[in-house]
Amino acid sequence: MNAPSDLLYTGDLLYTEDEEALRAAVRGLLADRCDAAAVLARTESPQPHDRELWKALTEGMGLAGLLVPEGRGGQGATHREAAVILEELGRAVAPVPYVTSAVVATETLLACAGDTAAELLAALASGRTIGVLAVGLATAPDAAPVHRRAEAAHDVPACPRDEAARDAPVSPRDEAPHGNPVRHEGGALHGTVTGVADAEAADVLLVPADGGLYAVEAAQDGVTVTPQTSLDRTRPLAAVTLRGAVARPLAEDAGAAAAAVRSGLRSGAGLLTSEQLGLAEWCLAETVRYTTERHQFNRPVGSFQALKHRLARLWLDVVHTRAAARHAAAALAAGGDEPDLAAALAQAYAGPVAVRAAEEALQLHGGIGMTWEHPVHLYLKRAKADAIAFGTAGRHREALAAFVDLPAPVAP
Amino acid sequence: MTPTAPDAAELRRRTQEFLAAHPPATTGRADFLGARFDAGLAWVHYPEGLGGLGAPRSLQAVVDDELQAAGAPDNDPRRIGIGLGMAAPTILQFGTDEQKRRFLKPLWVGEEVWCQLFSEPGAGSDLAALGTRAVRDGDGWVVNGQKVWTSSAHLARWAILIARTDPDLPKHRGITYFVCDMTDPGVEVRPLRQITGEAEFNEVFLTDVRVPDAHRLGEVGDGWRVAQTTLMNERVAIGGLRLPREGGMIEPVARAWRERPELRTHDLHQRLLTLWVEAEVARLTGERLRQQLVAGQPGPEGSGMKLTFARLNQEISGLEVELLGEEGLLYDDWTLRRPEHVDFTGREAGYRYLRAKGNSIEGGTSEVLLNIVAERVLGLPPEPRTDKDVAWKDLSR
Ligand SMILES: Cc1cc2nc3c(=O)[nH]c(=O)nc-3n(C[C@H](O)[C@H](O)[C@H](O)COP(=O)(O)OP(=O)(O)OC[C@H]3O[C@@H](n4cnc5c(N)ncnc54)[C@H](O)[C@@H]3O)c2cc1C
Repeated sequence: MNAPSDLLYTGDLLYTEDEEALRAAVRGLLADRCDAAAVLARTESPQPHDRELWKALTEGMGLAGLLVPEGRGGQGATHREAAVILEELGRAVAPVPYVTSAVVATETLLACAGDTAAELLAALASGRTIGVLAVGLATAPDAAPVHRRAEAAHDVPACPRDEAARDAPVSPRDEAPHGNPVRHEGGALHGTVTGVADAEAADVLLVPADGGLYAVEAAQDGVTVTPQTSLDRTRPLAAVTLRGAVARPLAEDAGAAAAAVRSGLRSGAGLLTSEQLGLAEWCLAETVRYTTERHQFNRPVGSFQALKHRLARLWLDVVHTRAAARHAAAALAAGGDEPDLAAALAQAYAGPVAVRAAEEALQLHGGIGMTWEHPVHLYLKRAKADAIAFGTAGRHREALAAFVDLPAPVAP
Repeated sequence: MTPTAPDAAELRRRTQEFLAAHPPATTGRADFLGARFDAGLAWVHYPEGLGGLGAPRSLQAVVDDELQAAGAPDNDPRRIGIGLGMAAPTILQFGTDEQKRRFLKPLWVGEEVWCQLFSEPGAGSDLAALGTRAVRDGDGWVVNGQKVWTSSAHLARWAILIARTDPDLPKHRGITYFVCDMTDPGVEVRPLRQITGEAEFNEVFLTDVRVPDAHRLGEVGDGWRVAQTTLMNERVAIGGLRLPREGGMIEPVARAWRERPELRTHDLHQRLLTLWVEAEVARLTGERLRQQLVAGQPGPEGSGMKLTFARLNQEISGLEVELLGEEGLLYDDWTLRRPEHVDFTGREAGYRYLRAKGNSIEGGTSEVLLNIVAERVLGLPPEPRTDKDVAWKDLSR
C-alpha cells in the first residue's frame, strides 16, 4: 500500500482495460433495459425498484459482490470497479439499490466480525438478498458524535490541533453510532428511522441501536417500512419502524459498531462521486447534442457564445470531477487513512457540479426541459438528492478542515 | 520513438554513467549542461544528436530524478521557458537540419534566450490579423512592424516571429514564420511596465530588420499552421508540472492560516476550504492528465487546465491579500525592474495577486480558450464568421 503521507501520491487515476470492458457490458445492459422512458414509468409504478434489472446486474453479472473477497462469496474486485458501475448507473439514473446494498451495507458488513456478518455478506454479494443500512440517506460518515482519532489523516505540516476536539471525553452516548433513535431491549429493537434509501427493497436492515449494530429481517411482524414521498423517486426513501423487531447482533462493542457504520458511509460517500460523474456527463452530452440540433435565429443555439462558454465550463468541471472520483475510488481500494480525506474531498467537490450540470441541462433545453416527459428532471432530482446524500459539500469541507489541519476560527 | 529506444533501466544506467564521467561537484555548470545535451539526456524524446535519444517523453522523469539526486545543476527552465516550451518544439517539427543543429543546443543549455514576437497592438486574440510585414529581398526578407507584450525580449538573443508575407490572401493564409535575430540593429526593445511595477514584457519595434531566408521556419505562407504548433505547446507546457498536495498558490495561504490564528474569520474559512478543495482537485486532474500521457492516451483534458489554473491562481491570491488584512494593504516593491525570471508564486501576496491577473490573458485569454473547448472538444457549432474569405488588406481594423 502506498503511504498517504507521500504528498505526491494520487493512486492510478485512469481506467484499466478490464474496467472499460466492465463499463461496456453494463452500458449495453442499461441501454437495453433501462432507457429514460422506462425509468420515468417506473417512478409512477407501485414497485419503484427495477427488480429485473437488479437480477441481471447481480445474478447475471455478479456485480453485487465486487467489494467482497472471493473466499467470502464475492468477486474479489475493488472500489475501482464498483465506481465504474456507479458511473453507468448514474448515467442511466437506474432505479436499483446498488449504492445502498452493494456498497454501503456490504462495506459495513465487511467491517464486522462473526458468523452473522459473514452469512449476510455472502447473501448480499449474490444479489439475491438486498441489504440496507438503516440510517437516513443524509447521514455523513462523520455525522455520529463519535470521537475522532487525534492523529492527522496525513502529515500536512501540523500546528497544535483543536484542543477541544482532542481532549473531549468519550461518553457512551458519543459512541452510539449516529445518535440513532433505535433502542435495544431484550434482543429486540424499538424505534423509527426516517429517510432510509431503498428500504422498501431491503430483505435485511442493518440497524445501529444503543451503541451496537444489528441485523433485522425486513419480513417480520415487528418491522414496518412506510414509503415517503421522495424528491428523487429513482432512489425512494422510507421510514423504518421497529416494534420489538427480532435482531441478530453484528457488532455489540460501541467502537466496532461505529467504525463499521462509518466505513460503510465513507465508501458510500466516496463512490457516490462516480454516480454524480455519470449523471453530470449525461447532462452535458445530452445538452451539447440538443443545442447543436435546435435552431433559433437561423442558427443552432449551440453556436451562441453565451451557451458555448457555459457548456465549456461545465465540461471542465466534469473533467475535474472525474479526477476526484477516480482518486476516491483508488484511495478506498488502497485502504489506510487516505480514504477519509479522499472521500471528503470528492464529496466537497462533486455534489454542486452534478446539480449544476442538471440545472444547466434543464435551462438550455428551454421549455421542453420543464416537461415531465423529458428525462432531464430525473437527473435534476437525483443530482439534488445526491448533493445531500452522505452529507452536503459544506459538511465534507468541514470534515476536511480537520483532516488537513485548516481549523475554523475559535470564538474570542 | 525509434525501434532501439532505450527503456527506463537503460536510461538510468546511461545517466549514472554520465554522472560518473561528469561529477557535478567538479564540473562547471556550462560544461555539465553541454555534455548532458550531447549525451542525449537533455530531453530524451528528442532525436539522437539533438539532445535526445528518441525515448518516450515520459521517461525524462527517470533521468531528472537521477540527476537531481546527484545534485546536478539544471538549465534554469524558468529563465528560458519560451525557448523550451515554444521555440524548440516548433524548430524540431518544422526546422531544417541546419536550423535544428544551430539553435537547439544553445537554447537548451540556456546560453541563448528566446522570445515570442507574435502579438501586436492590433492583433491579440485575433492573432491571424497581424500586420507586421515581411517583404522578400534577394535571399532574405525585410521586416517592418510593431510587436507588443513580448516577455523576455530584453534578454533574448532570438525570437520566433510571425509576419505577413501576402496581404492579398485571406488572413490565415498570407503569414510566414521566421526566426528573428534580436541583435539586428533594426530591433528596438522598450520596457513595458505592468501592473506589478516591473517590466516583464516589452514593446518591440522592427524597422527594416533583415532576416535571411535560411531563418524561415516552414513554407512561405504556411506560418499560421506552424504557429499552431507553438501555441499548442504553450498551453500544454502549463499542465506538465507534477505538484505535491498544497503545491502552488494555495501553499502560502494555508501556511498563513495555520501559523496566524488571529487572522481567521468564518467567512475566510469557508472560502479557503472551497479553494483548497478546488486546488487539490485541479492537482489530481493534472496528475490524471500526466498519467494519460505516460500511458500514451492523451485526452482533450489538457485544453482546459490553463483555464482552471488561471482562475484558481487569481482567486487564491485574492483571498490571501484579504486574509492578511492590514498587511494586505502593503506592497513589497514598486521599482521598475526587468526581471530575468517569471515566478507566479514568488515574492509576496500583493505581487502574486497582481501577477495572477495575467494568467487569464497570456497564452490565449480564458474567453478564447472557452471557445476552443466548446468547438474542438465538445464539437459545438462555430459562430458565423465574416473574416474567413476576405483578403487581409480588406478587413476592418
Ligand atoms: C503577462 C503577459 C505576457 C505576455 N507575453 C507575450 C509574449 O511573450 N509574446 C506574445 O506574442 N504575446 C504575449 N502576450 C500577449 C497575449 O497573448 C495577448 O494579450 C492575448 O492573446 C490577448 O490579446 P489582446 O491583449 O490583444 O486582447 P484582445 O484580443 O483585444 O481581447 C480583449 C478582450 O476581448 C476578449 N475576446 C477577444 N476575442 C474574443 C472572442 N472571439 N470571443 C470572446 N471574447 C473575446 C478577450 O478575452 C479579452 O477579454 C502576453 C500577455 C500578457 C498579459
